[in-house]
Amino acid sequence: MTDNVVIVGAGHAAGQAVASLRQGGWDEDIILIGEEDHLPYQRPPLSKKFLSGELPQERLLLRPADFYDAQTVERRLGVRAARIDRARKTIALSDGGEVGYGKVILATGARVRRLPCPGGDLDGVFYLRSIADVDAIRPRFTAGARIAIVGAGYIGLEVAAVAASRGLAVTVLEAAPRVMARVTSPTISAFFQDVHRAAGVDIRLGAGLERFAGDGRLERLHLADGTAVEADFAVVGVGVAPNQEIAAEAGLKADNGVWVDEFACTEDPDIYAVGDCTNHPNALLGRRLRLESVHNALEQAKTAAAAICGKPAAYAQIPWFWSDQYDLKLQTVGLCAGADREIVRGDPAARKFSVCYLKDGVVIAVDAVNLPADFMAAKLLVAKGGAVDVDRLADSAVALKALL
Amino acid sequence: MPKVTYIAYDGAETTIDGEASLSVMENALKNNIAGIDADCGGACACATCHVYVDPAWREKVGGPSDMESDMLDFASERRENSRLSCQIELTDELDGLVVRLPESQG
Repeated sequence: MTDNVVIVGAGHAAGQAVASLRQGGWDEDIILIGEEDHLPYQRPPLSKKFLSGELPQERLLLRPADFYDAQTVERRLGVRAARIDRARKTIALSDGGEVGYGKVILATGARVRRLPCPGGDLDGVFYLRSIADVDAIRPRFTAGARIAIVGAGYIGLEVAAVAASRGLAVTVLEAAPRVMARVTSPTISAFFQDVHRAAGVDIRLGAGLERFAGDGRLERLHLADGTAVEADFAVVGVGVAPNQEIAAEAGLKADNGVWVDEFACTEDPDIYAVGDCTNHPNALLGRRLRLESVHNALEQAKTAAAAICGKPAAYAQIPWFWSDQYDLKLQTVGLCAGADREIVRGDPAARKFSVCYLKDGVVIAVDAVNLPADFMAAKLLVAKGGAVDVDRLADSAVALKALL
Repeated sequence: MPKVTYIAYDGAETTIDGEASLSVMENALKNNIAGIDADCGGACACATCHVYVDPAWREKVGGPSDMESDMLDFASERRENSRLSCQIELTDELDGLVVRLPESQG
């Protein structure tokens, strides 16, 4: 009987799981299996300071290499976990090897969605989720180069900001009628559209991409309305899909993510799942959901580790996210879908403001732009729930903290 | 290698050989010191790396920036000697630094 923890995946959640297991007193073996040839590293900087060259690769690591030696963690990097045999409690690896397990933590994350349109294989069409992706993209970032960005979500806009700041000619193509449509309100979308356009970015909304075209390499993008955009290279950011297949093939429920309970456990008491790959219940939000969020990855990893160490504590966190574009830090608390009222605090013209989203008089989410005080207070306010004094909320002279 | 001592809330002391030019937070992560979470990775966006700087070291370490101070307003049990450890760069000058950890982060 093997008494170990095998962590499948080596991203944010996996890195936190290692730390939390040892901190929680887990003394048995830990095996870390990662598809990439890297120890756990931070993904958010990939589309920001790592792309721009301001942050060197060594500083991306969540913990330095010797941390894993000191914590006695066996690493199998550059190897994929191919199949879980729940009856024999073994995991088959892509290199033909096999690992026996006591407990498993699935931390497989998500993979980029690829556009199915023709020409996607042309040299010069890039996706962005890994160190390898950015190493391939960065050499194209020369002043005057023409970049077409497909998708105006966090990734697309962050890349646009870096590109515009470096003197590239930037065109962003977004199928929806506004940018960041999935994650924010029309108010914030409009603000960022203005910011990018003022920086010289050509944002095309309601733009459907029909195909990539070029002779041996990307030369232009053909849109559904018949127009074409010339480009030297393209970066596509159109969302991600959870890596749930290994769970599904092992007979575990996976539907918009691997299903887990509030202790990050699947229906198999020896198999946990954490981070971007999961579908989990959130007691504070009153529903199940799948999140693409570093905070969620870290907190679920802590939850799984605590349960494995015999000190289970139910996960209950308000989601939060952030995005850095130009000199703007967008920090978001909660999910604003379903809001029936918006209140703006501060001054958008001064690029220092927040938008509070209410539903039935309760603040359910806040977007803060260069206003970390409102962001931090919002985390507490949204978690607390309850009606707020709307007049005081709208008065930027009143600190959000005072409404707690 | 400047030494740093982290004193947990229960009094347990851990002294590490620190790496200069990394922050006090990064040095804690490197050595898996429990009680410092670095939820935002050092981006000054979460206040979960909150520490109390030992009185003997306060002057050398210095005080928080305005933005850091705004964030510290949300740390649990803020005191006069509170700092976000992701914003303190460890230098040879701080060899022997002592910090205490709060009862909880965030």
